Amino acid sequence: MMHTLVLFPFFALIILNLPLRVIFRRLSFWVVFALSLIQIFLVFFPQNAFWGTHFNFLNTFFRFNLSADGLSMVMLLSIGIVTLTALLVARQMITDSDRMALFCSLLLIAMAGMNGAVLVRDIFSLYVFLEITAVASYIMIAFDKNIFSFEGAFKYLVLSAVATAMMITAIALVILFSGSTEFYLINYAIRASAHTSLIVLSLGLFLCGFFIKAGLIPFHSWLPDAYSSAPAPVSIFLAGIVTKTTGVYTLIRIFISIFGFNGQSQRILLLAGIISVVIGAIAAITQKDFKRMLAYSSISQVGYIILGLGCASSLGIAGAILHIFNHSVFKSLLFVNSAAVETQTGKTNMDEISGLGEKMPVTAVTSTLGALSCAGIPPLAGFWSKLLIILALWVGGLHVYAVVAILSSVLTLAYLLSIQRKLFFIKGNSEENSQIKEAGFGISLASTLLAFISLATGVFFPFIINSFIVPFGKIFGRF
Amino acid sequence: MNLHLVILIALIFAALWTVMTRSLIRSAIGLALTSAILTIVMFALNAPLAAVFELSVCAGLISVLFVSTISLTHPLSRQEILQHMKDRLTRFWYLPILVAVCAIILSALDIKFSLKLPAHETENDVRVVLWNLRQFDILGQIIVLLSGVFGVVILFREKNKK
Amino acid sequence: MNIQVLADLWPFMVCVITLFVIGFYCLIVTLNLIRALIGIEILIKAITLLIIVVGYVSGHSALTQSLVITMIVIEAVIITIAVGLVVGIYRKTGSLDSRNIRNLKG
Repeated sequence: MMHTLVLFPFFALIILNLPLRVIFRRLSFWVVFALSLIQIFLVFFPQNAFWGTHFNFLNTFFRFNLSADGLSMVMLLSIGIVTLTALLVARQMITDSDRMALFCSLLLIAMAGMNGAVLVRDIFSLYVFLEITAVASYIMIAFDKNIFSFEGAFKYLVLSAVATAMMITAIALVILFSGSTEFYLINYAIRASAHTSLIVLSLGLFLCGFFIKAGLIPFHSWLPDAYSSAPAPVSIFLAGIVTKTTGVYTLIRIFISIFGFNGQSQRILLLAGIISVVIGAIAAITQKDFKRMLAYSSISQVGYIILGLGCASSLGIAGAILHIFNHSVFKSLLFVNSAAVETQTGKTNMDEISGLGEKMPVTAVTSTLGALSCAGIPPLAGFWSKLLIILALWVGGLHVYAVVAILSSVLTLAYLLSIQRKLFFIKGNSEENSQIKEAGFGISLASTLLAFISLATGVFFPFIINSFIVPFGKIFGRF
Repeated sequence: MNLHLVILIALIFAALWTVMTRSLIRSAIGLALTSAILTIVMFALNAPLAAVFELSVCAGLISVLFVSTISLTHPLSRQEILQHMKDRLTRFWYLPILVAVCAIILSALDIKFSLKLPAHETENDVRVVLWNLRQFDILGQIIVLLSGVFGVVILFREKNKK
Repeated sequence: MNIQVLADLWPFMVCVITLFVIGFYCLIVTLNLIRALIGIEILIKAITLLIIVVGYVSGHSALTQSLVITMIVIEAVIITIAVGLVVGIYRKTGSLDSRNIRNLKG
């Protein structure tokens, strides 16, 4: 039944764009809304027959090789949450109903692409579905059709094409020594075969490609441009889930399902992670634009995920996966807040905005929660995942990395809190701010929900540790 | 084998001409030529169906796309072309040398692949593989094509409004 | 599992690597947006050739052919979107020179 996660968005896309569009146009918001809610709901019932391979009438037409493990489940949950958020914000910001219908169609395409990418067990199908996601996101970035968004989208397209080229070259090499594109067959061939140089070459190409797609530091130049030039709902979608699926998820997947770890690759991951953590945080301090700062902060947080992966222990991977989820929640939250500020003041430059706290209490409170979660302050969700990652580093004997990670976390706290203070809590120019009021219902609802998720995950973490951490350990234990 | 070698060298020269030539239209034509030569290589390497795709989509459709884009965007003035040529010469001058050095060094290396090849495939018919074993890719193709349609609708629609 | 010496594989590999170099050089050096796309196209040509050669020498040409067909379809869509973006940039700035569009810096 898992293929319905890909097929239903696809069918919905076709039905909503049939010649009877005039009738269906109003429905498109509710269709995406329902699909993402159902997806979130289903993840909480992993024992359900839905996740099994039972036969039903669709199976007679479609024979797909799909399966969902703990990692896929977490990704599906994040996809559902972020899609819902982007949809709520888009309803607020895109007033024209025609454009809203187009945006919903693009969201459906991206959703089908990402659901497919996290469920497939075939390296070439993974490429196909990553490309679907990427094509949808190029179009979404350019949705406003101003010069900045065209540029951001073009830059993303060119770098992403290079990354894809590397990825397909690696796939070709994999076929050369394994003769197949399925994960378990490749893994079997790698453990059996002696073509070490070919394996190292293909792993290196995969790493380069996914580092570009995830926006890690030497390859990051497209990321701040794309995030800051995209329309607000699209920035939420991109930062929250698209780059996490296309870059980070794929990286974790090729390690745990195909290549396995060795000392060399582990060192590369740790190095790439720590560089991104530090330089991302330092670059974030110097930014004037709210969205660009969040983009650099995103690079830094992705660095933490890669660090957790580089530990090559089940604790580290559990931390990394939990951090993907937490990051998609708190980074979407911060981008929702930036959307709120942008719609109400019309500016994104932080020097020109101040003292919004009285006028926009919901935004102020939720963004403070998001920032604290991002910096890893105890009761919130971000604390636990960072704790797990740093603990895994320490246990693995990588004390230097652990110390640097903690110090950068302090740096994150510094820049995020100074922003919060500047934007919301010091007294601003009251004449300029007199017209400003709280952002609309959709944005407030989205930010409240996300802040609540972040808080609830943090507070109840000791209770969910058994249902989360133990399954992650099992993923890694298979190899 | 000699025939293969000739075709491969022709392929490299076509690609080189595509990149080096100064007018964009010729560049687009060069790309079509590269695709056409690649098609011949693919026929020779026992991949006829993919070769037909390459010929019709890459040499046909994509060239049309490039040519129409080039004609949508206005040509440069005489002055700009001269300046542009000077710029290009300084930047592209190294490429033939680089390519020659690269080709010579690599041919001299002459690595012999001694591979422990995996077992040959059980199903040899490309139609069966594509339609039965790789259905998910077909679904992906359909979704990608749909998203391409949306892209065209969104990106090119400005003209209609004006 | 049979060990094979593939002597006739190397000329193809040389061709693939050379095409890669040409495409990459074009992508890095050029200042024209359309020519950057042509560079990407040449990169993709190199990969197509690589996959076909791999299928030929490893005896999996049915598999690689179906992969290449999928790849060509995706390539065409991506180039269409890219051309749309280039035309959009041209309409806004009136030029195809990538030096004019450096509004966003890393």
